[in-house]
Amino acid sequence: MTMSIDAQVATMPMAKALNAGLRQAMADNDKVLLMGEDIGKLGGVFRITEGLQAEFGESRVLDTPLAESGIIGTAIGLAMRGYRPVCEIQFDGFIYPGFNQITSQLAKLTNRNEGSLQMPVVIRVPYGGHIGAIEHHQESPEAYFAHTAGLRSVSPSTPNDAYWMIQESIESNDPVMFFEPKSRYWPKGEVDLSGSAAALHASRVVRTGTDVTVVAHGAMVSVLLAAAELAAAEGISLEVVDLRSIAPIDYAPILESVRKTGRLVVAQEAPGNVSVGSEIAATVAERAFYSLEAPVLRVSGFDVPFPPAKLEALFLPDADRILEAVDRALAY
Amino acid sequence: MAETETTSPVPPVQVLAADGTFSPTATAEPYLPYLDALSDADHEQFYRDMVTARAFDIEAANLQRQGQLALWPPCHGQEGAQVGSGRAARAQDHIFPSYREHAVGLIRGVDLLGIIEVMRGTTHSGWDVSDPRNGNFRPYTLVIGAQALHATGFAMGVKFDGATATGNPDTDEAVMVYFGDGATSQGDVNEAMVFAASYQTPQVFFLQNNHWAISVPVTTQSRTPLFERAKGFGLPAVQVDGNDVLASYAVSAKHLADARSGGGPQLIEALTYRIGAHTTSDDPTKYRTQEVTDSWVAKDPIVRFEAYLRNKGASEEFFSTVVSDAKEFTADIRARTHAIEDPDLTFMFDSVYSEDHPLMTEQREWLSAYERSMAGGAA
Repeated sequence: MTMSIDAQVATMPMAKALNAGLRQAMADNDKVLLMGEDIGKLGGVFRITEGLQAEFGESRVLDTPLAESGIIGTAIGLAMRGYRPVCEIQFDGFIYPGFNQITSQLAKLTNRNEGSLQMPVVIRVPYGGHIGAIEHHQESPEAYFAHTAGLRSVSPSTPNDAYWMIQESIESNDPVMFFEPKSRYWPKGEVDLSGSAAALHASRVVRTGTDVTVVAHGAMVSVLLAAAELAAAEGISLEVVDLRSIAPIDYAPILESVRKTGRLVVAQEAPGNVSVGSEIAATVAERAFYSLEAPVLRVSGFDVPFPPAKLEALFLPDADRILEAVDRALAY
Repeated sequence: MAETETTSPVPPVQVLAADGTFSPTATAEPYLPYLDALSDADHEQFYRDMVTARAFDIEAANLQRQGQLALWPPCHGQEGAQVGSGRAARAQDHIFPSYREHAVGLIRGVDLLGIIEVMRGTTHSGWDVSDPRNGNFRPYTLVIGAQALHATGFAMGVKFDGATATGNPDTDEAVMVYFGDGATSQGDVNEAMVFAASYQTPQVFFLQNNHWAISVPVTTQSRTPLFERAKGFGLPAVQVDGNDVLASYAVSAKHLADARSGGGPQLIEALTYRIGAHTTSDDPTKYRTQEVTDSWVAKDPIVRFEAYLRNKGASEEFFSTVVSDAKEFTADIRARTHAIEDPDLTFMFDSVYSEDHPLMTEQREWLSAYERSMAGGAA
């Protein structure tokens, strides 16, 4: 991190921005606790919580026993007591032992208690591919949670969004699934420390264009931006929308863009069958049918388990696969 | 019995023999001081609690048979374990029930119509735990064992707050979680004990071994006495005759006191029996014999305690008053059950989230308009 004492804009990678955001949230509210495996002395396997246990103590940054259901279930109990726990799931594919506590308990407790109980719990999930890792370490499980009523799900694509969205998620009185695109942990970006430019659940046009709207969340946003550069060189203008939130989805900027371009390509690392992209395609077809010049197209991971890492470049959509879909949309 | 009982070399804690005579086992010795503190009025209250809970339970099952409720999970037979433990908890304690702890809810001050509402299908909870009149008795949890982790997390919070182990038993808080023998096979219950031991939570795990997880006997869950397992997690553990209300009380009072004073998590296994069906949807004749059930009816906690009270000289008037009060209680429940109104049509959208959510707004408005269009022809 490079910044002077009074600088309002700092340059840092997302990993550091998350660390800074967590530190700020903990400093602002002593009910904020961090829980997870190896997050204390080690600072987490991605070092997102590095230094926080030394700064805030072992009762604010908990190295928990190795049990995901236990982490989520006890976080629920702590939230019932008035705490605001932030749980780290070590890797995307390790979240499933906690699935019941997330979907049947955390998501439903406010409803079960008819609003008299709030569940301000954040579950941080490093997710997605591009890191060449072994099985269970590169998955994109967000659709399971976006499908579940009672949860909110977000995914930042930049260090600035990471810094602000983690703090806004911790301030939320509803449970938030916070999907961190781990392949974007290390590239640096500017963080405006003076304030957040967008609400937690707002989607945002991050590059304006006129020919085709392309939409994604998390790490795939950077792929869309790279595709837009390549397309521009060929005279095709892409408008890029960063979803930022996948539950709820902020449709207004997407619909406004589609009404302008008439074409939409939705991209995601997750398998496409019954996915976030499917939902966007259906909703846009329902709400902007007469604006569409072409069917909404999805570019997704294939409907297979995440393959061995030597095949991940074929599994994960890249700029060329985005452009192939853009060409098909334009051919209508 | 061999099919449904795991045997421990140490006899369970018991103070009342099945015929109601006061004859504590050697294992009861450390718990007897907690009984010395009880007055005749306390004893009468225990009896009243058990009789009221039994009457309520029978009434609710009848209401289900009459089509008023979708389902009823009876507590019949488990009143000794529930009243003993429920009365041992202090006002500042926090109770995480499963879904059969009707007698504990009664003791904590919950209007039991709330349980009726849940089983009728007008709400998922029926009472508001944030209302102090409900005695920190949390809504029922139906996914088996999930509440054990919530209780442990809550107890971690109690400890982080410094609200326990200050040396003041009138304010130091403890947490008690109820679960059954089937739940002991769930990962969540085991993880709860792991976390409880790690963080030394002020907590009592109260296991009602009623011998049946719907149709599956406890021997399928465990070949060792269940309380022995807790020791492997590092929890002090004891097995008690759950059909002995005094033993259940004394054991619970001591282990809650230990948890409250910094002794860490504890486990109590109360041996009892589900005299009724799992729920009104169940048919116990398909998987268990009447002989075994009859052998447990002979150990009925109410009959046993009534014999004890009669031996001590309780008046006939007391018993008849309790019975007539219980009748009044159930008549009131029955009348109010018939008066329960269905929830408003948009109720389902009201508290899915604490904060605004566009899907809730859209769908609430859509359903309202749709219903208006169906009712009046104009949306």
